[in-house]
Amino acid sequence: MSLLARAISFAYVPEKYVLTEVTVEVERGEILFLLGANGSGKTTLLECLCGVRVPQHGTVLLDGRELFKLSARERAKYVAYVPQFPEAAFAYTVEEMVLFGRAPHVGPFGRPGRNDWERAYRALALVGLDGLSRRPITTLSGGEKRLALIARGIAQEAPYLLLDEPDAHLDPANQHRVLSVISHLAKEGLGVVATTHNPNSALLYGKRVLLLRAGKTLAEGAPKDALSAELLKEAYGIPFQIVGDGVGPRAILPKVEG
Amino acid sequence: MRIKGRGAERAFGPVRRAGITFLLGLLPLFFILGSLHFGRMGLSLSEVWASLFGGEVSETVRALVLRVRLPRVIAASLVGVNLAVSGAAFQGIFRNPLVESRILGVSAGAAFGAALAMVLQSGPAGIQILAFLGGLLAAGLAILLGTAFGGGILVLVLSGVLVSSFFSSLVSLVKYFADPYVQLPGITFWLMGGISTVLWHDVLPLAVASFLGVAGLFLLRWRLNLLTLSEAEAQALGLHVRRLRFLVIALGTLLTAAAVSVSGVVGWVGLIVPHAARALVGPDHLFLIPASAGLGAAVLLLFDNIARTALPTEIPLDILTGLIGVPVFFALFMRQIRRGGGWK
Repeated sequence: MSLLARAISFAYVPEKYVLTEVTVEVERGEILFLLGANGSGKTTLLECLCGVRVPQHGTVLLDGRELFKLSARERAKYVAYVPQFPEAAFAYTVEEMVLFGRAPHVGPFGRPGRNDWERAYRALALVGLDGLSRRPITTLSGGEKRLALIARGIAQEAPYLLLDEPDAHLDPANQHRVLSVISHLAKEGLGVVATTHNPNSALLYGKRVLLLRAGKTLAEGAPKDALSAELLKEAYGIPFQIVGDGVGPRAILPKVEG
Repeated sequence: MRIKGRGAERAFGPVRRAGITFLLGLLPLFFILGSLHFGRMGLSLSEVWASLFGGEVSETVRALVLRVRLPRVIAASLVGVNLAVSGAAFQGIFRNPLVESRILGVSAGAAFGAALAMVLQSGPAGIQILAFLGGLLAAGLAILLGTAFGGGILVLVLSGVLVSSFFSSLVSLVKYFADPYVQLPGITFWLMGGISTVLWHDVLPLAVASFLGVAGLFLLRWRLNLLTLSEAEAQALGLHVRRLRFLVIALGTLLTAAAVSVSGVVGWVGLIVPHAARALVGPDHLFLIPASAGLGAAVLLLFDNIARTALPTEIPLDILTGLIGVPVFFALFMRQIRRGGGWK
């Protein structure tokens, strides 16, 4: 049971590929971190994996079935996508926003019922936002908005969860909360793909990493192998040092001159 | 391990929102009674009551109430409902509180249809039918153009602006060729909006359109909430965004075109009423649609009462809604800015 993108290429403008023959697979029960410089194609890859964008070449297989042959609603029952920022045009409350995650489980003319409310509240409690449920989403801080979106993704109850930079804009405590919630969900059997700009998040919480450069796979494997100083330099263009290599916790820092 | 609510800025809960929505829904009833009572020939409320419910009253009074004022009052309410509800729906799918049904050129198309009907001398029924077809044609063209260039919201708005100004030119063309002494004043006056000539047989098709449009949009109330998210988010939540958006546009166009074919072009109501309703009951369309409908009917009745009683002759409705609507809109806008709220 896995979500598998096989040799996909995607271009927004004809012939200008943002992704070139990328192959990536995440199984249920594991976390995969996507790393790469700004503009290396991380978000586009996530959007191809959840069916929002259709790659020009290659296929995406969801538990062996072709993702793009499923209806949008069927896809959403299996793959949940958490974008970077909420883009609601109006001031919905946090609970209303999280309830939106129940959309694939509610009929076209229906509204979420008691069961959906319970699941939404369980998701809110999981990210620690249940005290803010009646607040308009527009009045939340950046980090709280992020947590609300993650709760929406959890409430969707899809076996695969894709998150775009879940640890960005959060203080260290909230980063830890979000990433440990995600680890917990993976232990419960979800397949999770998360992009991040913090290699240490991948070291601490990840089992597997995919490093992208300019839309191509640069490295894939266990964090300590795929995030070596050489590969990181190739991906980001600046030198890095690995701290605590061999003993104790490892950390990756940019190498500062002088 | 939980973040405490900061108390302030908590939104109303569902129960209070439902209560306010209910009150707004009742509002038109008072305005309808009041509008039957008001007028050039003063009637007491008991005379109105007696005429409506078969009490002792002179035939002249009964005829005035049942054949002149009642159809006009019902038509005004329905026009208000249509403009406000279609405005709410368009604001939702365009994800922008600044738009109304004029955005897709529906009003301009309907105006062209009506002007053409007047030049062709096809009578009141012809005006309604051609106005309706013109509105649908304009929205259809805007959607077709928008889809040809990718179908995103921005392209759709741009095509709406283009189609709108194209149909405005067509209206000018019709006016240019119209008989300057008989037809031109008629067209000009009709375009300024008004419900003075409404009879019972105009009300029935309007009522059918109102029912279909409002019921359809109300059925989609929760899906409409989801359409206010970005297109990618809504798609990832399993919505067939384009299909759903076109369905909403079709229903909104039906409402607008039906209103314009009876009342001419009446601006601002479709923009301000849903905005005010949203401030009162929040952005959930479960409450927003009925609240907009109630408030829209009440506001249009109020304007129509002013239109028919303020001066010795009727004042065109669009002039009134513009004169009052623009300052109100400005006040709303300033309030939003002062609160530090974004105007997205």
